[in-house]
Amino acid sequence: MSTRPLVWLPACVLLVAVAAALSVMLGARTVSPGDALAALVHGEDGSLARAAVRQRVPRTGLALLVGAALGTAGAVMQGLTRNPLADPGILGVNAGAALAVVCGIAYLGISTPGQYVWLAVAGAGAAAALVYVIGSRGRGGATPVKLALVGTMVTAALSSLVSAVLLPRLDVVNTFRFWQIGGVGGASADGILQVLPLLAAGFVLSLASARGLNALALGDDLAAGLGERVARTRLSAAAGAVLLCGAATAAAGPIGFVGLVVPHTVRLLTGPDNRWVLPLSALTGAALVTLADVTGRLVARPGDMEVGIVTAVIGAPVFIAVARQQKVREL
Amino acid sequence: MSPSSVALVRRGRLRRIRRRRTVVAGLTVLLAVLFVTSLCVGHTVYPPYDALRVVLGDTVPGASFTVGRLRLPRVLTGALAGFAFGLAGATFQTLLRNMLASPDVIGISSGASAAAVFAIVVLGLGGTPVFLIAVPAGLAVALVIYLLTYRQGVLGVRLVLVGIGVGALLNSVVSYLLLRAPAWEVQEAMRWLTGSLGSAFWDGVGPLATGVLPLSAVLLLAGRSLTALQLGDDSARALGTRVGTSRLVLVLCAVGLTSLATATTGPIAFVAFLSGPVAHRLTGGNGSPLLPAALTGAALVLTADLIGQFAFDTRFPVGVVTGALGAPCLLWLLVRSRRTQGAL
Repeated sequence: MSTRPLVWLPACVLLVAVAAALSVMLGARTVSPGDALAALVHGEDGSLARAAVRQRVPRTGLALLVGAALGTAGAVMQGLTRNPLADPGILGVNAGAALAVVCGIAYLGISTPGQYVWLAVAGAGAAAALVYVIGSRGRGGATPVKLALVGTMVTAALSSLVSAVLLPRLDVVNTFRFWQIGGVGGASADGILQVLPLLAAGFVLSLASARGLNALALGDDLAAGLGERVARTRLSAAAGAVLLCGAATAAAGPIGFVGLVVPHTVRLLTGPDNRWVLPLSALTGAALVTLADVTGRLVARPGDMEVGIVTAVIGAPVFIAVARQQKVREL
Repeated sequence: MSPSSVALVRRGRLRRIRRRRTVVAGLTVLLAVLFVTSLCVGHTVYPPYDALRVVLGDTVPGASFTVGRLRLPRVLTGALAGFAFGLAGATFQTLLRNMLASPDVIGISSGASAAAVFAIVVLGLGGTPVFLIAVPAGLAVALVIYLLTYRQGVLGVRLVLVGIGVGALLNSVVSYLLLRAPAWEVQEAMRWLTGSLGSAFWDGVGPLATGVLPLSAVLLLAGRSLTALQLGDDSARALGTRVGTSRLVLVLCAVGLTSLATATTGPIAFVAFLSGPVAHRLTGGNGSPLLPAALTGAALVLTADLIGQFAFDTRFPVGVVTGALGAPCLLWLLVRSRRTQGAL
């Protein structure tokens, strides 16, 4: 294990802390660091500044968790599919979760995040399996371009089904409209507690498979030769990634491109060792989503712009830059 | 070559030509049937004779308004948009030699859609000015995708991936603009997210037809060079095709058609993508794929609109139906492409 990444660990932790502090302080009403600290330590005293801070705490917490989940899930998916363009948004996983949630709201009368988080995970898993199975057919297995195309098409098809379920129920449309774009504005402490167990399980499974993913990077045969149980590693890593995306999507709606951008940035800093890439992706992802949320709040003051839009604006150029690299073809 | 083998070759050639002609004729008849059915069927059902009299300009009490003002523009818009989507989709698929490289996948529809939404929601425009913004925007997006892809030649795979990225970016712009729009415009929002004929009236048909008809004519005439380009650049050059010029003309027309249709109906999901492969299956890949694909596109949109309007309790926009139909077709095509070891 090289020691170079050790430098980046505190840097990433610092970045997360700065992002969280900014997220608590900035918004429609700017709060000074002293007031923010006082509000966090002593609670509300009736002043608007402290009330604003208390409002922003769950939001910040959700942004941090969702970002960490998506960053890790993206890194795992890229390792698992040996595909630099893998991302929960591109691969249709978010759309699968969205369809499952909408069906739950419309047909099963489900309304609390605690209930639909399971549906979201199931939908995410089904969509991921579908895209991977279709994408790995044909010559050359699951090439980046095939997976990206199949993911895009499956997303389009699933989105049509979402519209088909929603249209007869105009009362659901408006709630869903904001959820669909991806936002952390509606966060509450209860909602966070309900997705927390799933996220924790997802993190444990993902981080535990880091060493296995390093072996898989050499190819299945070589990994098996090195004594890695390939099928088991794949299964546990995939389960971890699906849990993370599904829970994150249930809590904050489909947020795209975080899982794509973050691992690539981290790999530039630390090299390809997944034992470093996964935890640092979690930290960087948390910082990215939180900063995107802050940016959205500042750009569209006094309202806010949904995180999903900000991350797409940041993430799409990175996707294009990765796609332009010659090596994409060879993978 | 012996006389018998000459006869054999000639017979095969004739059979292929006949098959393509039969398919084109069949699709035309199907389209005409769908056209008349769409005019007759609705809340009030009129006999085909009345509907045709309205189309020919006679005044029929009741039918003149329902058929002439409401249904005819809707059907015309659907047919024209479907024709344009099918034609543009087949052009891209043939040119890039990749079934999945249709304009709705590679981000060109998203460009036109984003521009149209901007023109309507932010600038408050309608009718022809929307086209004047959407078409250049579609062309600009296509140019950006092309330039981003260009690196010692344009590689199909890279073009597709860059297109997906640009499309994702533009779709988030559409979402943002729609979220800022007043809430009453759910119908309008659906139009721009999945495509709908719900807001098709006479004032949109004229500009759409003036754009689509000449571009389609050019594209269908240039179809011959497309068949040559299918063989690869070198062979096409050897056959006397001006490779650069014909490709430019083909791409410009296809992007123009996509933008015009998208600016009117929104990006109707999967029509551009499915028409080409379906037409290919029907004709067995004989001759230029463009006209069959265009007819298939128009028939697909009219069928989906009939289903969306009348098959369920709720009226669904056409794009929702094509999207739901598209999913199984996509699976089937991909499964088949493995068996035939098709490119991709």
